[in-house]
Amino acid sequence: MSDHGHGHDHPHVPIANGAEPPAAARVRALEELLVERGVISREEVRRRIDWLVSRTPADGARLVARAWVDPEFKERLLADPRTAALELGLDPGPSPVVVAVENTETVHHLVVCTLCSCYPRALLGPPPDWYKSLPYRSRAVSDPRGVLREFGVELEGDVELRVLDSTADMRYLVIPRRPAGSGGMAEEELAALVTRDAMIGVRQVALK
Amino acid sequence: MRYRVGQRVRVAARRHEGHHRTPDYLKDRSGTIERAHGAFTNPETRAYGADGLPLQPLYLVGFAQREIWPDYGGASDDRISVDVFEHWLEDAE
Repeated sequence: MSDHGHGHDHPHVPIANGAEPPAAARVRALEELLVERGVISREEVRRRIDWLVSRTPADGARLVARAWVDPEFKERLLADPRTAALELGLDPGPSPVVVAVENTETVHHLVVCTLCSCYPRALLGPPPDWYKSLPYRSRAVSDPRGVLREFGVELEGDVELRVLDSTADMRYLVIPRRPAGSGGMAEEELAALVTRDAMIGVRQVALK
Repeated sequence: MRYRVGQRVRVAARRHEGHHRTPDYLKDRSGTIERAHGAFTNPETRAYGADGLPLQPLYLVGFAQREIWPDYGGASDDRISVDVFEHWLEDAE
């Protein structure tokens, strides 16, 4: 503990180049203890991390592309994304529940987690750094049209913008609008157009 | 579940020391139940090593942006929808 005269009391550990940051050191110490006490095993931790980093937005994109070409699948995806994901052989992950919402000509959804960085990791992989940043988390709720403009999306005034703040157990996946001119494209080609950012709701899907 | 989709509710104005998942910008604001998600463990006790039981019903509650941010610059229909646990909700007049 240190008392260094700015109203609080915590050690200021300098982050040197190449040194382990304080949070990582704490997590590592905690992991050591949990392993030592037999609460978790190193193998479990490794498996869980491998699973998390093996997830990519390609899974979410497959769901979106199928929804675009198959209206009945889209209904099932909107009703129960977990079952829809299993139907395509995708792994919807452990506990948190995914909710799918659809962007249309009249409604645009944008997802944020103001309290931390809740995100549908099972279907989109790890969230981008900006999603976890304070400026995005605060401005996505108070000035969402301004945020969208910075991502290159100019919404018409008559489009209802609906921000989703995922503060609890639900994770939100946006089904973006299918781009005009994609009528003749096959499902796989469509899936290749669908970006992570479009499934967060900060960009539209464009033809490449 | 105490509330139904379409019902008006208000988020309790109370302060809460410690971990909770109700953002301050919603406190004392009124909205409409958009979805009833079912019941989940209570993060306010689970965060401190308890089991989070009894389960707490969770709702998606929609608010008019202009009621949340007085100087909101977007369209009048713009909404913000937030997951709120039932013990943070009160009947709205």
